[in-house]
Formats: sequence, C-alpha cells, structure tokens
Amino acid sequence: MANPTDLSYTDEHEWLRVDGDTAVVGITAYAAEKLGDIVYVELPKVGATITAGAVVGEIESTKSVGELFAPVSGEILEANDAVVSSPELVNNDPFGAGWLIKVRVTSTGALLTADEYNALTGE
Amino acid sequence: MTEGEFLQSAYRQIRELLSDSSASTPRYSPLHSVHEALGAAFTDFAGWEMPVRYSSDLAEHHAVRGAAGIFDISHMAEISVTGPDAIAFLNFAVAADVSKLAVGQAKYSLLLNEAGGIIDDLIIYRLGDEHFLVVANAGNRFNVVPPLQTRTAGFRAVVVDQSDETALIAVQGPHALEILKNTVGLQLADAAAERPQATLADLKYYWSLPATFSGNPVLIGRTGYTGEDGFELYIDVAQAQALWVALSEAGEGRGLVPAGLACRDTLRLEAGMPLYGHELDLTTRPDQAGLGRAVAFGKDGDFVGRKALEAPLPAAAPVLVGLVGEGKRAARAEYEVYLGESKVGVVTSGALSPTLGYPVAMAFVDASASAEGTILDVDIRGSRHPYTVTALPFYSRKKN
Repeated sequence: MANPTDLSYTDEHEWLRVDGDTAVVGITAYAAEKLGDIVYVELPKVGATITAGAVVGEIESTKSVGELFAPVSGEILEANDAVVSSPELVNNDPFGAGWLIKVRVTSTGALLTADEYNALTGE
Repeated sequence: MTEGEFLQSAYRQIRELLSDSSASTPRYSPLHSVHEALGAAFTDFAGWEMPVRYSSDLAEHHAVRGAAGIFDISHMAEISVTGPDAIAFLNFAVAADVSKLAVGQAKYSLLLNEAGGIIDDLIIYRLGDEHFLVVANAGNRFNVVPPLQTRTAGFRAVVVDQSDETALIAVQGPHALEILKNTVGLQLADAAAERPQATLADLKYYWSLPATFSGNPVLIGRTGYTGEDGFELYIDVAQAQALWVALSEAGEGRGLVPAGLACRDTLRLEAGMPLYGHELDLTTRPDQAGLGRAVAFGKDGDFVGRKALEAPLPAAAPVLVGLVGEGKRAARAEYEVYLGESKVGVVTSGALSPTLGYPVAMAFVDASASAEGTILDVDIRGSRHPYTVTALPFYSRKKN
C-alpha cells in the first residue's frame, strides 16, 4: 500500500495527519503488515499528557508485540475505540479507519516526509 | 579414521560453517519460488527462509480448523535408519519402544542425552521390517544426526541423513482427506494393498502408507502438528513443486489455503503440542514436560537416558502446565508467572487463541503451583493478569 504523500511519518513506522495544532496518529501499512494480524490494541486515555518518543500504547499481533511510540508531545484528545474493539481495522485500513489517537500537539519530534519514509522502508 | 568418525567430523565442520554463516545465507526450501509467487512473507526459522504467512495468520488458522491448509515444512530433517539391528539400535538410541510398531505405524518419540534431557522430539515411522524414518526438527538436524551415528556403535544399523533430498508438505484440516483423494497423479503404491488399513480413508492417526506421485515414491503419514486431521507427504525435492501444485488444484473449491509458520504455531499451541526450544530443551526431562509416557521404561535393555530418568523427578523441578487467561492480552514466551508475590515459573509459549478467543499459554511452574484450577498471575509487560492452570490441550477437534 502506497504511503500517502499528505501525511508525515516517523522512523517508528507511525503516520501523522497534522491539522493546525492537532494531529491524528496511526501506524503505517508497512508496520501493520510486518506485525501480522493485530488482535489487541491498548491506547492512552483521553486527557493524558504524552511525550514524544515515550511508549504510550501497545499493538499486539498473534505473533508479536509492538509498542506505540508517541510521535509528538501533547495531550490526548481522542482515542479510537473502534480499533480497541476491532483491532483488525488497523490491518484493513491503516491510514483510515485504523487510526489510533488524536493529539493536541505542543511539540513534535523528528518527522519524515512520505519520500523519506519510503526510502526508510525500501519501497 | 572410520566411516563413522569421518562422518562425525564432516558434520562438525558443517555445523560450524552453518553457525558462522546461517544469518547471512539462509537456506531455501525447494518450494521457495512457489511461495514467492503466492506472495508469502518470509521469516528466518532455524536458518531457513520459510513462509510466515501468505495473507493473514488468522485466516490461515481458521482455514485449517474449518477446511484445510497446505504447509511447506521441507526444513524438517529426515533420517533413515536401516539394517538388521535397526530395532535394537533405535531402542537403545531413542526413548520409544519401536519393536512395538507395525510396519506403517509411526510414533512420537524423544532423543535423550545421558542426563535424560531432550536433544529433540521426533516422529519415527516404521517403513519396513528393518527400515525406519526418523523426522527431527530443522534446527536440531545437526544435533540429532551425530548422536544417532555415534549410538550405532555395536549395532548393524546405518543412519543416513536424507534431509537435503527430501521435501515435506503437510495438508491439514477436515477437508484434507478429500483433497488427497482428488489429487491428480497421487495414488497409493501397490504395497499399500497389503496393509491392515489399505486406503487413506481407513488410515489411522499415526500410521502411514506408501504412495506414488507421477510414478515417484511418496510417503503419506496421517500425522501433523495442528490438532486437526491431516496428512504429511514426504517426497523427493525434485517433485515437490509439482506435488504442491497438484494438491493445491485438488484443494480448489475445498477451502484449501497455503498456510505459514505463524498459524502453524498458534495451531500447535491450541493443540497443546510442545515446540522444541520453547517447551523442550536439553535441561528438561520428559516427565517435566508431560511426556513421561513417551519414555518406554518397559522395553528390554538399556537406552540413553534410562538411568537418569529412573531416578524420580526432583520435587523442586518445574512442570509444564496449560494456562488460560481472560481478555485479549496474551501471556508470551519468557513472561514471568507468580503465585501471590512469589515467582513460580515462566511462560514458554502463548498467544491469543484464534479459535477460542481468549489467551492461552504453556508455562513451566513449580509443582506446588501446578494443580489444575490454581489461579496464577502472569506479568505482562509490567502488569499482572490472572491465568488459571488448565489441562492440555486447549483445543481438541470433534472426532467422528
């Protein structure tokens, strides 16, 4: 699946859709495919303060456990309850219905463009 | 240098070469190009680049439980044992009593060291009066063949590693029989007619029949590692691709999907089957791992590991148990197990069971914490989750 060019990325295989001071965050199709079928997602609570680079959630597949790293610092505005109840959404629609959290951003870490992320994953 | 010493030396060199270079130069199955064409994702397994999944672990898992899956397990090691003393040799070398096997019958067994530790778990097929096939794990090929060679001393028995020439394809699931019966070019050998179970339909679990595929010999075992009905087919590597294609064509309309190692692991876990390196290793006695019955103390004569295992299991030795949890968070290998505040064990395998919908795990725990119904806590990345000690297997197929 091509990485949308209007998104930003991290080297932890997350994507961000930045809109003003908010950002929606998910994991990339590449990450979802590498993990395999996702069966459990744990997300931070609404209102929680997160720090860029810290572990804020977990994404488990049948085979492995992936950590969700906060790509930005800020406050959790929304967590996607749909992926908690239906984790397969992350595999089926990683850039859409499989989004994970919405954050009010206070500062960002190092972000990549789609081209830079493509280079990272060799695609 | 005798032939045996020469072979041992050669194996040692091969083993050293493999241990130096296995990371950079994976081995490929004779079916590798088939998997590539099917769009498989690959993983390193014991130095082999093998399919981990083709589409979805869960879809492949459910297909095996509900219809059928086809697996490439050509990385497994096949070792022939022949000679007038083949029975006496194997009865000395492995834990089973192979004299009890009829021609065509198979048995799950163990290769033990002198201390009673497990070098590998094996399936042994009796193919003739003086002919056996020993199947070992891929990662243990070079741990199994040399001791088998060494243990032939004094026996008129010959051990030959046929792994490089042998491909292994498993078809597992409730539709497996129909698929094999409809595979073009696959037919039972004439010799099958003389067996007590002379057809695939009559073939019992852990029995085998000789067959041919396009005139080439195939051994069909009613064996597997999924907890479902199914078959394993041993064939020369040169015919492996054609057999895979023929089986796949027979599977069209019968729900057959190619299935990777990821679902193989969740399937065997649900079926309570041990995986070497997780539940079994050199420091584990069979009776710790629930495999006491795989050791035939009643057979005549000595066998490697007998003396050590005739001593009772020390009271402090941990034992293998099944654990069942709630919710969706899986206890996984190496997670610690607690009874109250005391650490009592460690998880060896675990996953969210695709069939059952709740987490299941196997763990070694202190005997005092091993009674069925005991509620233990597993530390899942910093938080404790209750798990109940449960009899294995977690899943058993409905039998007709």
